[in-house]
Amino acid sequence: MPITRDEVAHLARLSRIALTDQELDHLAPQLDQIISAVAQVQEVAAEGIPPTSHATGVTNVYRSDEPAPCLTPAQALDQAPAVDLQRFRVPRILGTEE
Amino acid sequence: MDLTRSTAAELSDLLKAKQVSAREVAQAHLDRIAAVDGEVHAFLHVAADAALAQAAGIDARRAAGEELPALAGVPVAVKDVFVTEGMPTTCGSRILDGWRPPYDSTIVTRLKANGATILGKTNMDEFAMGSSTENSAYGPTHNPWDLTKIPGGSSGGSAAAVAAYQAPLATGSDTGGSIRQPAAVCGIVGTKPTYGGSSRYGVIAFASSLDTPGPFGRTVLDTALLHEAMSGHDPMDSTSIDAPVPPVVAAARAADVSGMRIGVVTELSGDGYQPGVLSKFAEAVELLEHLGAKVSEVSCPHFKYALPAYYLIAPSECSSNLARFDAMRYGLRAGDDGRLDAEQVMSLTREQGFGAEVKRRIILGTYALSSGYYDAYYGKAQQVRTLIIRDFDAAFGQVDVLISPATPTTAFGIGERADDPMAMYLADLCTIPSDLAGNAAISVPCGLAEEDGLPVGLQVMAPAMADDRLYRVAAAAEAGFTARWGQPLLNHAKGLGA
Repeated sequence: MPITRDEVAHLARLSRIALTDQELDHLAPQLDQIISAVAQVQEVAAEGIPPTSHATGVTNVYRSDEPAPCLTPAQALDQAPAVDLQRFRVPRILGTEE
Repeated sequence: MDLTRSTAAELSDLLKAKQVSAREVAQAHLDRIAAVDGEVHAFLHVAADAALAQAAGIDARRAAGEELPALAGVPVAVKDVFVTEGMPTTCGSRILDGWRPPYDSTIVTRLKANGATILGKTNMDEFAMGSSTENSAYGPTHNPWDLTKIPGGSSGGSAAAVAAYQAPLATGSDTGGSIRQPAAVCGIVGTKPTYGGSSRYGVIAFASSLDTPGPFGRTVLDTALLHEAMSGHDPMDSTSIDAPVPPVVAAARAADVSGMRIGVVTELSGDGYQPGVLSKFAEAVELLEHLGAKVSEVSCPHFKYALPAYYLIAPSECSSNLARFDAMRYGLRAGDDGRLDAEQVMSLTREQGFGAEVKRRIILGTYALSSGYYDAYYGKAQQVRTLIIRDFDAAFGQVDVLISPATPTTAFGIGERADDPMAMYLADLCTIPSDLAGNAAISVPCGLAEEDGLPVGLQVMAPAMADDRLYRVAAAAEAGFTARWGQPLLNHAKGLGA
């Protein structure tokens, strides 16, 4: 099933990337080609095969809960695009009508 | 004496004997960078002042009679994926242009603790996504063997820096082959250690279940020295393995394969492989047999699904990892005119800050993880991952290590595959299985392809935490080949300049 330009536009919105029309035109056929190629994994008879998300098999790793030095507020804010009153200043998160 | 032609091991001895100072060694490499990097473009940032100050500190400690680690005063180039306190770190992306991290990655902390001189940060495919370093937002790196060719990727800057004698050692990171493939096409040595053997703390994440920091060097011993210095358990990385570092340096010095059982992977040859790559690989097989190894053929039937599984798993993980670049706390913020809301600013920033390949992979990953497609794509890829691990387990029941070509072709031309993602992805055909299984693998030069005179890499793969076997085999092959060639392969490189 081919992936459509509209689907790619939807995925871009979900990914928070404001793709241009030209990018959408270019990307949709490429993604369709890539997805048809990677769909080969579906040829493998994997009935009853457990999935692997991680190769080491390590689970529940703990460390001792001890205070240790961490970044100061000045260090943490030093590279911020905008700062106000020792806080990250961000664009508004609510609509204007609210 | 040209200090840039010395190996790290030789520099270590010269420094220890006080025949040269760390400052002289650093200056020689900084001079070499100034002379050739205009053409190679291996570096995104050269930390000349910091490097000379660090080297002077090492000289003062040595003059005071302090016993110093082997790499004290030896220069290292650091891939720009590793965060460095106060030193620009871009990961090859516009979105991090001008960013100065507030902390050091564990690998960099360890390099500093070992007294290594950090020369600067090397170019890479944006967020380590690519096989040619063409996806860097700051322009491509050129292969020192032929400046019109790619140096491989994503750690292409590090590989080119070492091949062009700008640094004896460099760090890289390998997610699908990003150390071994550039090492192979630049004619140097590069290792992907066992996953969890080297810390990911402060390594800007691409695909967290695969990302593995590792070393580059011009010789197997040098690579082992850096491997040992950078590896080991780190409480700051919850996937770090709490076990001693395998004895890689001793194995590199032993360089003995007599009686070792070596398996040639049937599936990693044939169609799509350049004839010159296959003929050099055949010579490596013959050499290893000549050196006393017992070579047999081993089948890993699911390896042909490794590439498609990887291109589902890695983009899926990247779509999640790269969500952190949200224009709020650090990095680029675009379109914040007081009128647009946070989500619009975020979308515009990511549109402007990310390059084409990164966008492609984020969207592909978002697709593979979306409801309705998850089972058919991501879920299936995870099952294939299990089957690949089982192939390795069965193979390592019969042999001590597996071998294959490191790449299907030699270095291709800059621009040749730039807008053909599937052709680009094939560069990692041989390297991906070890990433999916989390085991260890190395690429070591095994000759020049007849058609184009460009280097070919021999890949050796070993079980997890048996990294020392890689060095035993690679060092034996290196010694055998150097004896046959009469000199190291890199001496044949043209186009490097004087």
